[in-house]
Amino acid sequence: MAPSTAVPEAGPERRKIETRLTRGDRLYRSLATAAAAVTLALIVLIGVFLLIRAMPALREAGWSFITVKEWRPDGQQPRFGVSAMLFGTFVTALVAMAVTFPVSVATAIFINEYAPRRIKQTLTSLIDLMAAIPSLIFAIWGLFFLIPLLLPIEQWAVDELGGSLPFMRAAAIGASLFNAGLVISLMTIPIATSIIREVLSQTPRHECEGALALGATRWGMIRTVVLPFGRGGIVGGSMLGLGRALGETLAATLILSVTFEIKPRVLENGGITVASAIAVQFKDAQTMGLSALMAAGLALFAVTFVINMLAALVVSRSRSGAGVEA
Amino acid sequence: MTTEASTPTTPAPAAAEGGTLRAERVSAWFGTRKVLEDVNLEMGAGAVTALIGPSGCGKSTFLRTLNRMHEIIPGASLAGSVLLDGDDIYGGTLRVTQVRRRVGMVFQKPNPFPAMSIADNVAAGLRLTGTRATDRDGLIEDSLRRAGLWNEVRNRLRAPAGGLSGGQQQRLCIARSLTVRPEVLLMDEPCSALDPTSTRRIEETIGELRSQVTIIIVTHNMQQAQRVSQRCAFFLAAEDQPGRVVESGPTERLFGDPEDPRTADYVHGRFG
Repeated sequence: MAPSTAVPEAGPERRKIETRLTRGDRLYRSLATAAAAVTLALIVLIGVFLLIRAMPALREAGWSFITVKEWRPDGQQPRFGVSAMLFGTFVTALVAMAVTFPVSVATAIFINEYAPRRIKQTLTSLIDLMAAIPSLIFAIWGLFFLIPLLLPIEQWAVDELGGSLPFMRAAAIGASLFNAGLVISLMTIPIATSIIREVLSQTPRHECEGALALGATRWGMIRTVVLPFGRGGIVGGSMLGLGRALGETLAATLILSVTFEIKPRVLENGGITVASAIAVQFKDAQTMGLSALMAAGLALFAVTFVINMLAALVVSRSRSGAGVEA
Repeated sequence: MTTEASTPTTPAPAAAEGGTLRAERVSAWFGTRKVLEDVNLEMGAGAVTALIGPSGCGKSTFLRTLNRMHEIIPGASLAGSVLLDGDDIYGGTLRVTQVRRRVGMVFQKPNPFPAMSIADNVAAGLRLTGTRATDRDGLIEDSLRRAGLWNEVRNRLRAPAGGLSGGQQQRLCIARSLTVRPEVLLMDEPCSALDPTSTRRIEETIGELRSQVTIIIVTHNMQQAQRVSQRCAFFLAAEDQPGRVVESGPTERLFGDPEDPRTADYVHGRFG
């Protein structure tokens, strides 16, 4: 097995080191292996299933599947593509993350470093609880409370800035990609905060003390020790949030007025995301329509996969992710 | 080799000869548990004061009351006062960040910032306290020289601090503390995680620093206390009782002719 060396070595030959597992160890190992295999197999099966079911649509549309905005798969002359959906998905996710990232990091730091000890535990449980609330609740609250509240502000922004900034223009507001993204952020903030807080709380205490003992303020300590340590966890937590944002269906379905268009005017009504398109179109879809929706699902699957791989790369390179001890 | 290089350092307070710390009737608690009772101790400039005693007698706790690190532990509280050159560090006149800047600390476990370079570690205190230095590089060299580490790291100042050996990391932490020009340096068993060679190196460093900064060191090593300190305080806690100072005075007398039989037993290794 071992590569043969040219120079004969002195001393006794190397031994093969064997470990004989106990029956319990063997049993446990096979159980753990089986569970891991099932999980992996599930991902592969989902991908394969989507690919097979999407084939007719992908063959029909060809490369136009990526570039076309319309969605008329079931007519005499089917014409459909995911560009509008992907655009909507990216815009809503971008808005959601732009809100989630600063809010989550700040909240996590507040709970860990600034909150009085009495309410720290309560806040932690509260955030974890929020992460478990079904997205429907957030969607309804966003639709009936938050968005009406924001309408005057958005109208003001459109009136004041729409003249100079083209993407701020809007004919009608409320059911926009921006608002959908905002409501999605309500769902991503708790999960991102929960993970980021957990990771930041692992910061080695003796390093924090080192900074404080030099005369650092608490914020100075956070900047020099806590944030660099937690970089991987911050990215990882945000990415999990992003994963949820990309796949979030309900908020977009309830809020957006469906239009298969690429709308850079993010405050204006109308738009579509991949997930909400699948939810909305599913009922009326016929053979080709169903296959086309599968293809859209495959596109979302691929995008999510790539983003998570990138996140894993960042996380594994940082201290809190790799678990490197100083 | 440890003489102050003629580095023109700006606003940073002029290198003091060391400050005087005086603890008056200091008691300390963790929650409801009293761990330290009525400690009176004067720690003068130009001398190294060693705090000795068995584990759990409150030495480290006492040390941490001297730069207000005690209070960052949840539930910790304190009575009495600590005077730095006559000013109560727990009074309203000094901010906690100022106190910690003037009274530096080296910990039991070396704790450099592992992701930062060696040079950035040494200069970290400047950034953290918002001090501007015109000659940053000179200041870094000066601190590293004073901590006796310059020759070993001069060619790899940009390398991450995590790559140094334990003894080097500890001297880096000493250098890091010195950069902000403290008047007092607290050392909490600085050699307990180190090999004998590194230990000797740090003891030499302590000897060289003595004229520039007041040093207070906690140690479990009797020989070390005798080697490095001029004054000594023996702490002891009876079972389920808070720690107290049994005896304090010149190191020579404490080891040669102790007044209290418990001190004699401890320094001669009969218990502890």
